[in-house]
Order: sequence, then C-alpha cells, then structure tokens
Amino acid sequence: MARVVVDVMPKPEILDPQGKAVQGALPRLGFTGVSEVRQGKRFEIELDGDATEERLAQVREMAETLLSNPVIEDYAVRVVS
Amino acid sequence: MKIGVVTFPGSLDDVDARRAVALGGAEPVALWHGDHDLRGVDAVVLPGGFSYGDYLRCGAIARFAPVMTEVVTAARGGMPVLGICNGFQILCESHLLPGALIRNDHRKFGCLDQRISIENNATAWTSAYAAGQELTIVLKNGEGSYVADQHTLDLLEGEGRVVARYAGANPNGSQRAIAGVTNEAGNVVGLMPHPEHAVEDLCGPGTDGLGFFASVVAALQAA
Repeated sequence: MARVVVDVMPKPEILDPQGKAVQGALPRLGFTGVSEVRQGKRFEIELDGDATEERLAQVREMAETLLSNPVIEDYAVRVVS
Repeated sequence: MKIGVVTFPGSLDDVDARRAVALGGAEPVALWHGDHDLRGVDAVVLPGGFSYGDYLRCGAIARFAPVMTEVVTAARGGMPVLGICNGFQILCESHLLPGALIRNDHRKFGCLDQRISIENNATAWTSAYAAGQELTIVLKNGEGSYVADQHTLDLLEGEGRVVARYAGANPNGSQRAIAGVTNEAGNVVGLMPHPEHAVEDLCGPGTDGLGFFASVVAALQAA
C-alpha cells in the first residue's frame, strides 16, 4: 500500500477570500507579523500496491479532472509512504 | 416545445425554473441527475442550488452526474442550455463555458434585487431583450465571483460573449462585472443571477426574467 498526497492551492493570481478571512482573524487573536495566508486542500489517497509511475500518472489525472480545477487551482502530487 | 430542468441532489430552484419555463410558453420536463437520456427535450435548464452539497467545489461533482454526459453532448450539438447560479458553476466545471466562479470577494452570501444589463441579445436565451437593456432580477450566491485569465476575458469581450454585466456596484467581485457568458455558438449561457425568480408580479422584483424563457421558445420555433 502506498499513500499519495495531492495538495491543491488557488493559483497565485486568484483572490483567496478564505485565506484573507483567516489572515484577518490572526491579529485579533494576538498573532502578528503574518503578511499572507492562502488556504488550499489536501487529499490523502491510499493506493492498492506500490506507487508505480503508471499509478502516479493516474493520480495526476485524478488531480486534473476532479480534485482540482485547472482554471483557478494548481496541484502537486507526492508519495509519502 | 419541451424544456428539461435537471434536479441534482441539493438543487434548490428546479421547481421555480419549471414554473418559469411554463410561463415562458414551453412544457417543463423534470430530468433527474441519474437519467441517461434527456426524454426528448428541446432545451435544458440547470437550476440553482447546492448540488451534492457544493462538496469539493461548486458544480464539480454534478459535472460527472450521468445526465450531464447527455447534456454536454447535446450542448455541443447545438441544443440550448441555460445554467443559472449553481447551473452556471456546473457549466464552467464541464468546460462548456470558460472561467470559474469563486467565493464572493466580500466573503458573505449576497441576496438582493440586482440590476444587470444585457450585453449580447443574439444568444438563444436573450433574444427577447434589447442590447443594453437593464433588468432587475434576484442575485443570491456565496460563490458568484466570475474569474478567468486575462486572455480569456479579452477573448470573451472581443467576441461579444459577455451576455450580461452587473449594473451599479459590483456585487461579488466578478472580473469586469461579468454576470453571464455564452459559448462560441451562443446556445449555452451561464448566468449567476436568477431570472426564474422574476417571472410573476406576485413575488420577486417583477417580470424582467421572463425574457430568458420566452427567448428560447422563439429560438426553438425559428429552428
């Protein structure tokens, strides 16, 4: 079994209202010196068998077709175990 | 003349959309997200709501509903398709329309009577209006901010594919105040505000929305 993580983040040029809301809340809690917060999604995917190049290609296809919207988001795939 | 209205799990405005279809002069047909055929309809409305709970991204799961395979094929073949609010999000996720809809820049759910101007009255859904005509219809969304890259926005403007624009203050941060866009052929239209809530004087801000449903009937009769 292999665990693959897909991180999905809003593209840098896309406004991230959720990140802005979190950033706005931090000073109210006494956390200062934070210049930006961006919020994304993390998918943990368990694969049957090893993370072969073929399986990873499938994960990238999942990321492109469903897990992310390429118009507004970037994704990164990494094998964690 | 039959116009299908798709109900997904979490659709909210399907009943109002069917009512608006009838008031526009067509026979409404209820379509189910699990359907594998379009029951002989001549056009399709994807209504507002929160299909599949807006999980993952608004419209992202609905895009893969069985009925959407049929809708995408029919739309590419020229069938008129109108996506309202969540329906607009589904059309963008299906790549039938460019761009995407993200959370409102002010981060609050907005619900108001909104003025919009019709920028393109040559689509299947807007021919009943005059170019530049201002309407007041309901706008209600949390994720209605239209975004696309600069190239796409320039292309849409250059080809007259911005169907409607917000008049007055921008209510949700949409780029270039875009409230609705169409595909190259003009048969697929996505609109963030809700014309189906403005079709009777009894409730809503008037009857300005009825033209969308009358337009498609005229387009189908002419075809």
